[in-house]
Amino acid sequence: MDNSLIIKSVNKFRGKTQVLEDIDLSVAPGERLALLGHNGAGKSTLIKSILGLTPIHGGSISINGAAPGSAAARKDTAFLPEAVSFHPALTGREQLSLFANLSGASADVPALLERVGLADALDRRIGTYSKGMRQRLGLAQVLLGRPKVALLDEPTSGLDPISRQDLYAIIDELAEQGTAVLIASHALTEVEARTDRIAILRKGVKVADNTLAELSSEAALPTRLRITARAGEIEKLAQQVGGTRVNGASVELCCSADQKMAELRRIAALGDVVVDISMTPPRLEDLYRHFAKENRQ
Amino acid sequence: MTPRALAIAGSELRILRRNRWLFMATLIMVLFALALTFAGSAPTGSLGVDMLTVSVASMTTLSVYLAPLLALMMSFDAISGDRDRGSLSLLLSYPAGRGEILLGKFLSHLAALAFAMTVGFGTAGALAAWSGGAGADSLLALGRLIATSILLGAVFLALGYGVSSISSSSTAAAGLSAAIWLIFVVLYDLGLLGAVVMDEGGFFTQSIFPWLMVANPADAFRVWNIAASETVAVTSGMTGAASALPAWAAPLSLLLWPVIGFALARLAFGRVEP
Repeated sequence: MDNSLIIKSVNKFRGKTQVLEDIDLSVAPGERLALLGHNGAGKSTLIKSILGLTPIHGGSISINGAAPGSAAARKDTAFLPEAVSFHPALTGREQLSLFANLSGASADVPALLERVGLADALDRRIGTYSKGMRQRLGLAQVLLGRPKVALLDEPTSGLDPISRQDLYAIIDELAEQGTAVLIASHALTEVEARTDRIAILRKGVKVADNTLAELSSEAALPTRLRITARAGEIEKLAQQVGGTRVNGASVELCCSADQKMAELRRIAALGDVVVDISMTPPRLEDLYRHFAKENRQ
Repeated sequence: MTPRALAIAGSELRILRRNRWLFMATLIMVLFALALTFAGSAPTGSLGVDMLTVSVASMTTLSVYLAPLLALMMSFDAISGDRDRGSLSLLLSYPAGRGEILLGKFLSHLAALAFAMTVGFGTAGALAAWSGGAGADSLLALGRLIATSILLGAVFLALGYGVSSISSSSTAAAGLSAAIWLIFVVLYDLGLLGAVVMDEGGFFTQSIFPWLMVANPADAFRVWNIAASETVAVTSGMTGAASALPAWAAPLSLLLWPVIGFALARLAFGRVEP
């Protein structure tokens, strides 16, 4: 299947500093891609380049075969800006109807607003909305007219945990109907379970682009084991297992993914001395730190 | 005129109505027009013209200041306001082109301005005609005043969009709009006056000054209204400069300026990176 969004060796300069450096990225129809990075890593700039709102200096971007900013591309793209707000004098229904008119799509506005949980606030002015409600209104306009590509810039900012669950349910729906979804975020722990692939930007350079499992094995981050000893026998345990003492009753040791089972068998063989083992596999947080913060060359 | 521009115009008009702008602008026009009409009604008898003529002459002077002011107050945050809210990038990601967006805003603001001008000048004119008489000439002058005031407003709406596009925030746009108003309505005339005084009736005063004057839309508005009606000219005592120019000069300037202004605004808006 052809990719909905194809970005090929895109460069962009702001003055003399390079804000995007040789970025390659593609999203297939129905795929959910998380784009991670610190503030200033180039996430928003990349999204604006895809929208054709800012020029790129080299490389190419194709949205379902169309150039960024072209009429065809704008028709196929949905966008949720970071922390968006709307004119306070309009109601939610009026604002969404305007967007429906602009997109040229016939839309059931009340149904869309109900889908994002704004059914009660349909005819209230946006000035009375909370930050989370404005974000939901922004999300409702993403659902207009079955976009081919959806670009969501920090979609969870300002949302409470329950709203976040709703948000990801909606993102899943978009993906199911064949939309390529790009989610720029630094809410790492949520993205972990909810996306198919993860790309990480650092200072305008793409430093990672793979599934979570692949990224984990690529980074070869250790799994942490914490072993708790029977009362009074911590000295004995520490001698036998090695690792570092973390409190009066436990030791902690790290092992790579392929050594994990061997370690577990060794510890299990120790018998009654061990009362508990807890295991922490590397998480997105650790991966992100590994890829985004270290000075990898 | 595209459906998308009309959709934006409808939405903007709703905003103007809801945040009381339409009401305030109309109220301001009515109050000032009434005040000037009745404060300026004294010279009727001595000049031998009807009261509507006097009223139109006073309201012409008023409109030179008020039409640009109201227009700039409506338009200065048309672009920067959306950008401050973060909704401009979203708006620009929709299929509506920048020209359509600008046209939609322009249509709604112009409609609001036209409503305020027509109601304001119309009310004062009707009252003047009712209390002091009116003729065909003075009724024509009133119609001309309303139409040219809307044109003058259109010029400053467009300039306001330009200012709004190049400003980094709505606050900056407000400041720049005030500067634009001051330059076009006050300082330009002062500068010309100074030059005429220095020149002491020489070549500049005879040949260049009238053209420089009508190049400014605010002055073109004044000249058009005064030159077109002899009685209004008599009442306002401003015949000299107007008579030095061909009759088409002032109308041409005032009709060209909205087009130039809109083209400048479109150019500035095109360079905006939200």
